[in-house]
Amino acid sequence: MSKNILKLTCRGLRDSIAKGEVKSSDAVSAVFEQIEKHDAKIGAFLSTFKQDALKKANEVDEKIGKGKPVGALAGVPITVKDNMCTTFGTTTCASKILQNFRSPYNATVIEKLLAADAVIIGKTNLDEFAMGSSTENSGLKKTVNPWDYSRVPGGSSGGSAAAVAAQMCFAALGSDTGGSIRQPASFCGIVGLKPTYGRVSRYGLVAYGSSLDQIGPLARNTVDCALLLNVIAGHDEKDSTSVDEKTAPLCNWLEKIEQPVAELKIAVVPQLFKGADGEVVNAIKGAIEVYKKLGAEIVEINMPHFEYAIAAYYLIATAEASSNLARYDGVHYGYRTAKPADYIEVYTKSRNEALGQEVKRRIMLGTYALSSGYYDAYYLKALKVRNLIRSDFTAAFEKADCIIMPTSPTTAFKIGEKTNDPLQMYLSDVYTIAVNLAGVPAISIPCGFDKNNLPIGMQIIAPAFAEEKLLQVAGMFENETDFHTKSPVIK
Amino acid sequence: MTDIDYKIVVGLEIHVQLCTRTKMFCGCELAFAQTPNSRVCPVCLGLPGALPVMNKQAVEFAILTAAALSCKIAGLTKWDRKSYYYPDLPKNYQISQYDLPIGSNGFIEIPLADEKTKKVRIRRVHLEEDAGKNIHTAENFSQVDLNRAGTPLLEIVTEPDINSDEEVRLLAVELQRIVRFLGVSEADMQKGHMRFEPNVNLVIKKDNAEYKTPITEIKNLNSFKALEKSVAFEAQRQLDEFLESGTCLQSGNKQTFGWDDIREVTVLQREKEEAHDYRYFPDPDLVPVVVNEKWLAEIKTKLCELPLKMQNRFVSEYGLSDYDSAVLTADRTTAEFFDSSVKAGGDAKRLCNLITQTGLKIANEKGCKVSELGISPQKLAELAEMVEAGQISATASVTIFEKMIQSKSSPAQIAESLNLLQKSDAGELEEIVDEVIAANPKAVEDIRSGDKKSKKAHGFLMGQVMQKTKGAANPQVVAKILNSKLDKGI
Repeated sequence: MSKNILKLTCRGLRDSIAKGEVKSSDAVSAVFEQIEKHDAKIGAFLSTFKQDALKKANEVDEKIGKGKPVGALAGVPITVKDNMCTTFGTTTCASKILQNFRSPYNATVIEKLLAADAVIIGKTNLDEFAMGSSTENSGLKKTVNPWDYSRVPGGSSGGSAAAVAAQMCFAALGSDTGGSIRQPASFCGIVGLKPTYGRVSRYGLVAYGSSLDQIGPLARNTVDCALLLNVIAGHDEKDSTSVDEKTAPLCNWLEKIEQPVAELKIAVVPQLFKGADGEVVNAIKGAIEVYKKLGAEIVEINMPHFEYAIAAYYLIATAEASSNLARYDGVHYGYRTAKPADYIEVYTKSRNEALGQEVKRRIMLGTYALSSGYYDAYYLKALKVRNLIRSDFTAAFEKADCIIMPTSPTTAFKIGEKTNDPLQMYLSDVYTIAVNLAGVPAISIPCGFDKNNLPIGMQIIAPAFAEEKLLQVAGMFENETDFHTKSPVIK
Repeated sequence: MTDIDYKIVVGLEIHVQLCTRTKMFCGCELAFAQTPNSRVCPVCLGLPGALPVMNKQAVEFAILTAAALSCKIAGLTKWDRKSYYYPDLPKNYQISQYDLPIGSNGFIEIPLADEKTKKVRIRRVHLEEDAGKNIHTAENFSQVDLNRAGTPLLEIVTEPDINSDEEVRLLAVELQRIVRFLGVSEADMQKGHMRFEPNVNLVIKKDNAEYKTPITEIKNLNSFKALEKSVAFEAQRQLDEFLESGTCLQSGNKQTFGWDDIREVTVLQREKEEAHDYRYFPDPDLVPVVVNEKWLAEIKTKLCELPLKMQNRFVSEYGLSDYDSAVLTADRTTAEFFDSSVKAGGDAKRLCNLITQTGLKIANEKGCKVSELGISPQKLAELAEMVEAGQISATASVTIFEKMIQSKSSPAQIAESLNLLQKSDAGELEEIVDEVIAANPKAVEDIRSGDKKSKKAHGFLMGQVMQKTKGAANPQVVAKILNSKLDKGI
């Protein structure tokens, strides 16, 4: 019974629960059975809420039993990345500096999940403050890839991706600043959606790079992502950068997703295939053939500024991060050094003792980029590059409905393979970072496996606020293929 | 003896706390002296994940003030983060405005002697959030109160156009009056609503050469008196220092001094080795503010005649003294109430007396404005005219004023019902004067003697007449009759 529940999609489970065919409490029990069996090895969760989750599940079951209306995610076990504030449990950002931090308020997305009757079963691991591409920068825990325990799950939303792939939940929320939803989704063989910047409220998402951060869903297929987007999208008066719904109307993406895009034009960027593994390139080329058979027209384009994205990103994101993370100072909350000699030592020692190497590196980089005398050469120049990258995308979308490229140049790499070479680690985000700089939406969907049976992800990118088209294009591929139905064998 | 001459040069950095209902970037209400950390929320506490949302009222107050100071208003303005670590600053950056301030290139006019004024240029006017307060009462640790954190502050920076300690005070008082007139701040120095930080140095001419002393910034000034005294003290200290050591201004040798209110001296707090690197950059959590023509026009409808202009007009148009005019224009509603009353036909001097001597006193007791006492400018004008025409005495006008607060009747009706109308009928009064003269031959003799008893005796006879008429006689008429009778030598 419980094994069968775990195979359901998010939407399938929700409908079964709403019809009374499956009990939410059984679904919650099933995922906890899975967590208790496997998470000691996988390490996806930083915290779980079994008692509260069962209580909430029972409430939903009771509501359904009484014939009362229930929300869009009624009774579905969901996890969230541990950089979203919750009034229950801790919100650690996988950092020692917030290890015991309890938020007095819920992030807007958490409120929305709860209002949709979702059951939040736990909070997942990440690279400390979402800074990383492998979840190896977590200050609290190691997470492995469910497809191969010797490999990384990707990052920074590695815990969320691993939890979905290992069937320890039905969907998850992650955050994506430079690829942190899409790359782990790709490494773990699931679907990850980064919505347009401003589509989902950032209120309560612990900031890394504020002008780039965006919350989005990780799930087993595109339909489930659409379902979650329905729940979390929308203007929030608490977030001035969330877009008003007149400019970007909401729609029921779940309904729209079934419709294929007529006269679909897909852009590919041949220059970008050079940097990727042969097996990855072949999988993408195979996917393009699938679209061709569906009648899509393929146009080859050039994106001349794409290659500068990583350089611009590591100035803009780190500049913002250096300021965003200044508040973790040992004074007001979080970790404080034991015996400071004076208030300066409260700052220096608390931060030195509780922040990890990569976080320190990025704070240093960003501080340098904003310093007087360097601002114009680094931060300001990076902003100019950002504008050029935006114009690359604008030009591309004049020629095509969407752009297709790999999500990552490789499949999941070995644990420890890149930890001593930060630049190599940064380069693993070469395809995803430009999307955040441009603020446009993108999705990663499974499109093949390499010789080691590791999943390969395809990235589809659409114009700002064209999530509808993005999901439709992804859905067209899923209807023709079965890569997204594969799950790892959990030992 | 060397030939030496010097000029004081002062520029002011001023922080004005705006009296909005809520804080600059969150919904917490502004409050003074509440229990520590009782007016806080995730946003002003700088908790992880919290985001600022701009207070539109604060921006409108800032634009209004900048417009009143004749600034150029930016069509596009934005928010920048100013980074520095201090325990009272929860995010370790302050949201402020760097290169696109709300207002720039304005001026403030300050009164000098003889109705002359001086224009002091305003370099910039920008909005920012205030920090909290560190409390150092405990022995081994400090505490932080964040009630004030996030309070909207208007920073006004003047050019170094101020040349004396007196001018500094005059500017401060004038600015206080302006922001109160505009209703954007309570501007209470003691409560820290207005904070002045003068930057002071001297330009010294000695032996046909010019020298500039190092600039010092003075902090910790909690009253206009302290502000004025500190600048005077600092000027003298700099002159002494120059004469002793000859130290001159170099880039980077700006020092910060604190004012010791008890000893009335400035005390060196820190030497600035070099400019602080605040690493300003645009706050990615907030969107730029577009100030379009329509919005600006809407805000400008709240502009009013500025106090100094009004004060000078009351002198030149209404013939008031400088002092009376200043008293009336200390508060906008009072000034406007007075102005309306004059325009309703009342005599300006009489109205001024009624408002400053009676109205303000009663309003003060009631804790309200003169204009809120329930007396319309028209009725007050009628009352003033009755005094002017001699129908009532000045003393009676106070009684009638008080009655008018509770009554809807006109001042004439009240005067009549209280029997306060003065007798000005010469015939009737002549009889009474005759009686008094006949009854007091000693006093009459004293007056005629012309020596120093004369004045006293005259007053005595006046008093007798007033007594017989129960105070209802018009004293001017009585005096006239009395004088003519005595002159004739009955």
